[in-house]
This record gives sequence, structure tokens and C-alpha cells, in this order.
Amino acid sequence: MSSTLLIIQTLNGLQLGVLLFLIAAGLTLVFGVMDFINLAHGVQYMLGAYLAAMFVAWTGNFFIGIALALICALAFGLLLEVVVMRHLYDRDHLEQVLATFGLILFLNEGVKIVWGAAPLQVPIPDSLSGTIRIADGVLYPVWRLAIIGSGLMVALGLYLIVAKTRVGMLIRAGATNAPMVSALGVDIRRLFMIVFGFGAMLAGFAGSMAAPVFSVEPGMGDNLLILAFVVIVIGGIGSIRGAFIGALLVGLVDTLLRSFSVDLLRLAGLSPSDARTIGPAIASMSIYILMAAVLFFRPTGLFPAKG
Amino acid sequence: MAETPASPPSLPPTPPLWRRLWLPVLVFALLALVPFVWGERFILGLVTRAMIMAIAALSLDLILGYGALVSFGHAAFLGLGAYAVAILFSHDIVDAAIAFPVAILVGAGFAFVTGAISLKTRGVYFIMITLAFGQMAFFTATSLSAYGGDDGLRMFHRSEVFGTRILANDTTFYFVVLGTLAGCFVLLKMIVGSRFGRVLRGAKENERRMRALGFDPFRYRLAAYVIAGAICALAGALFANLGMFVAPAYMTWQRSGEFIAMVVLGGMGTLIGPIIGAIGVTLVEEWLAALTQHWKVIFGPMVVLVAIFARGGIVKLLERVAGK
Repeated sequence: MSSTLLIIQTLNGLQLGVLLFLIAAGLTLVFGVMDFINLAHGVQYMLGAYLAAMFVAWTGNFFIGIALALICALAFGLLLEVVVMRHLYDRDHLEQVLATFGLILFLNEGVKIVWGAAPLQVPIPDSLSGTIRIADGVLYPVWRLAIIGSGLMVALGLYLIVAKTRVGMLIRAGATNAPMVSALGVDIRRLFMIVFGFGAMLAGFAGSMAAPVFSVEPGMGDNLLILAFVVIVIGGIGSIRGAFIGALLVGLVDTLLRSFSVDLLRLAGLSPSDARTIGPAIASMSIYILMAAVLFFRPTGLFPAKG
Repeated sequence: MAETPASPPSLPPTPPLWRRLWLPVLVFALLALVPFVWGERFILGLVTRAMIMAIAALSLDLILGYGALVSFGHAAFLGLGAYAVAILFSHDIVDAAIAFPVAILVGAGFAFVTGAISLKTRGVYFIMITLAFGQMAFFTATSLSAYGGDDGLRMFHRSEVFGTRILANDTTFYFVVLGTLAGCFVLLKMIVGSRFGRVLRGAKENERRMRALGFDPFRYRLAAYVIAGAICALAGALFANLGMFVAPAYMTWQRSGEFIAMVVLGGMGTLIGPIIGAIGVTLVEEWLAALTQHWKVIFGPMVVLVAIFARGGIVKLLERVAGK
């Protein structure tokens, strides 16, 4: 367990955490304000990556490509809201889960038809390629640092919007007691449309930032979606702060245990072969155990939005 | 005139005789006829698979339809049952008389432990925590390198029954699965109609009132969860035998989603509905897959439409048609 590896894996964990936060932020607000479970949120992440791949290839400029991808992700989120989601607000969670599950099937297959089943590659822009020396003998890709940096900036921006602006106040109020906000004369449907579109855009942003790092392929959002759900359940549904802390926690625990669980088990006295067998299993289960533990002691998460 | 929203939903009236008796008789009679009408291996295998999925959907209906517990990790029980049989098989324990009870016990045990934790939560949190446990089972299976890991585990032949290989015959296996399905249906029918089932439904309608009557809903829900897990594991044991193969793919969360779709499409809380739903979904999937490799583009919107419009599912639809 060298310290170099520890630093690098911690940064990788932060990077995963930041991506998870971008996805979880939209999810938790939609969940919190309208009590709506959107399984199709992971698909927005996937679409963001595909749109980025397409526009970057078209325009030849990474940043213009990402900007266009964001606009399209927002537009698509609003379209989904109008066509499908709107009919589900007053329904049971069961029906919401089922309908958005159907959307996942449709969209995962849809991107296969439009862009093909083979993974796409997105080049890292020249200005942000290469590695940087962050400590003695520790080199880290600039692009991954850019992901962490931009994610943290978005987190800060979101915090300011939610904590300091009028829209943010309405969102917080909506997460705490939506019928009351509605009764006070706020058009909660429009508020929700804004939140939904914005959340879709954030997930799309996460996808387009992740596109150069991971391969862009159908179904790439599914696993992150489940992780994002773990995040918001740990953090407390409807809470941006909870999503942020939950995302970093999940990102770090998952990444660090994946690289160090075998070593840790060997330190705990297991034989090397046992440790190699059990280690990966424990690593992949760790965040679910974490979530079950949090829910067992705090059934509404760490920072519940509803009082 | 708007409906008065305040009045609590009363328990639905007893369903008409045709639904209680003739519809199940019709469904099971049709299933029993299949091997005589279409003897081809492919059809037989397909309908066998549909019936195994029907057993799983039936078990989900107990907790979803009668307990309002939206479990999004039900495929884990299917996988556990399948893995129990296949792992015992790889250790030369090939008799169904041992392997099937073990599979059922494994399912029940997993349901007891995870149910005890997840049933402490409500609503969305319950959906998410069952999903998480399902994912845990999935990842555990992928990391079982001794038992095939991602690639899964093959069985060289079907389970033996007291030393004989009668299950090797596809038609015999078909009727064993059909018999199991019918047995589970009757068993669940009895459970739902019993005092236990009424407490379960009562807790779904009005938990506070049940508490006031002196019942502890948690214990009833946990018992129902364990029964559902055990039955679904039995379906898994049959599933392992059908293809003589198990893989982590048996317990993906997409499969859990499909189970929910089957139950809702057929009609929640009717028991016969989920059977029809499971068979319908399996056949439609197969049919669409034969049409185009991109069948999910058609199947996905169908699921969306079912969620938005199919209130009460196929059984309710039949009722409406029959009522006119």
C-alpha cells in the first residue's frame, strides 16, 4: 500500500464522487420537490456523453462541442418532461419506476441504433491533455483534475443558487413541503420543469466530462444511476448538501476499497489466496453495505430535507 | 361531480366467480395443452421459461400486490436459488431432493436478513434498499471466481430425482414446472385468503389502524417477504435446470424491473394476473426479438404505456369487458 497509489486512488475517488454528485444533484431535487423517482436519469448522463462525442467530432472543438451537448441535453430533458414525466407526477412510485424503466430500455437501445453499438472515443482537448506532477513521483492526468475542479465549481454554484436565490428558496421550500408552496401561489409544475431540465443538463454535463475518460457506450449510465441512488439515499432525499457528502463518500469508499481491499484483508490476517477471493467481493458490496448501515440507523438518510 | 377524496379505500369486493375460478382453470388448462399441440423443443422451452418467470412474478405479487412493498431486487432470489442448485451440482450433490430445499432455504434466509433491514424503511427508501441488496447479490455472484465469476456456471445435466434422471425429458420437465406453478398459485391463494393475508392487506390499506388493533405489521410483512423470497428461489432452482446454466445475469436489476412490469401488466394483487403478465411479457419479448435485434426500442415504450394507462392490468381489463 504505497502512498503514491493512495494519493492517486484518492484523487480517482474524488473524481468519481464529483461525477456522482453531478448526477445525484438533479436526481435528489426531482425526488425531493416532486416525490418523483426518475430511473431514466442515468440515461441523461449517457446522452450527454454521446452528444459530446458527436458535437466534438462535428465542430472539431472540444469546448464548443460540450456547450452544444449541454444545450441539447437540456432540450431533451424538457422534452422528456413534457412527453412522459408530466403524466406520472400524481402516480404511485411503482408506476413511476415502471415507466422510467421502460424509458431506459428504449433509450439504451435508441442510442445503439443512432450511434451504433461500438463504444465511441472522445479525444481530450490538447490544452488539458498530459499529466501534472502533484507530488514527488506522482503524476496525474490534467483532464481528471479538470473533472474534479469543474465538478467542485458546479457544486459551489449549485449551493449558491439553492441557498441564496429566489428559485433556490422555492426549491428548498418545495422539497420540504410541496403542497404548501403550491398553496402559496407558486406554479409548482413550472418550478419542477425547471428543476427537471436543469437536473438533466447536470447529468449531461457529467456525461460529457466523463466521455474522454470512460468509453461512450449504451447502458453506461445504468451503473452510475444505481450509485447515484445510493448517494441520495445516504445523503437524504432532497438535500443538495447530503448529495454532495454522500457522493464523495461513495466515490472514495468504492474506489479505495477496490484497490486496497485485498491488502487490508491480508493485514487483517487472511491468507493471500483468501484475501484475493474475498477482497473484490467486499469491495463491490461495500457501498451497499454502507447504505444499508446508514438506513438502518437513520432511515431517512444523513441530511433529510423533510423536517 | 368530483369523487370525495376523504373516504378511505375500502377493501375491494370479492372478485366474480369467473375470475376466482374459471380464469385460473382456463390459464392452467391452456398451459397443460401446450405440449400436445406444439411439441417442438423450442416452444416447449419457451413456455417453460415463461412459467418459471410466472412463479417468480407470483411470489413478487404477494409482497407487491398484497403488501404494497415495491421490491426492486426480486431477481436476486431467482439468482440465489439458481446458484444454490448449480453450486451444489459442482460439488456432486445433484439430487433435487437435496438441492431444491437448500435453494428454498437460501432464498428464505436471504429474505429474512435483508427483509429485517429493508422493512424498517418505507416508500422510496424501501425501493432503493431492495435494489441495493439485489446489486449486492449480483456483484457477489460476479466475484465468485471459484464458480465461474462473470461467465457463470454450467451443469452437465439436470438435477436427478432420487437418483433418476426423469427431468432430462423436456416434456416431463415442462409438467414439473407447470405443477410447481399450480402448487405455488394454490398455496399463495390460501395464504392471501387466510387471516395472515388479511392482516397483510389491512396493513397496506391502513397501517395505523392495524397497529391500533394490536397487530405488528412489521412481523407480517417480514413473513410475507420470506415466503416470497423462498418461492422465487424455487423458481430460480427450476431456472438453473431449464438451461443447465447459471450466470450473474440472472439477477441484474433490469430483470427485477421486468418482474415488476409483469406483475403490473397482469394485474397486481390478483395472483392470476401476474401469471398472465409473466407469460405475456416473455412471449412478447421473444416475438419482438425475432422481429428485430433492436426489440427493446419497441418493448420500452410498451412498458411506459403499461405504466401510464394499464391501471389494474389485464385482469382489470377483462373485468371491465366482462362487466358490460
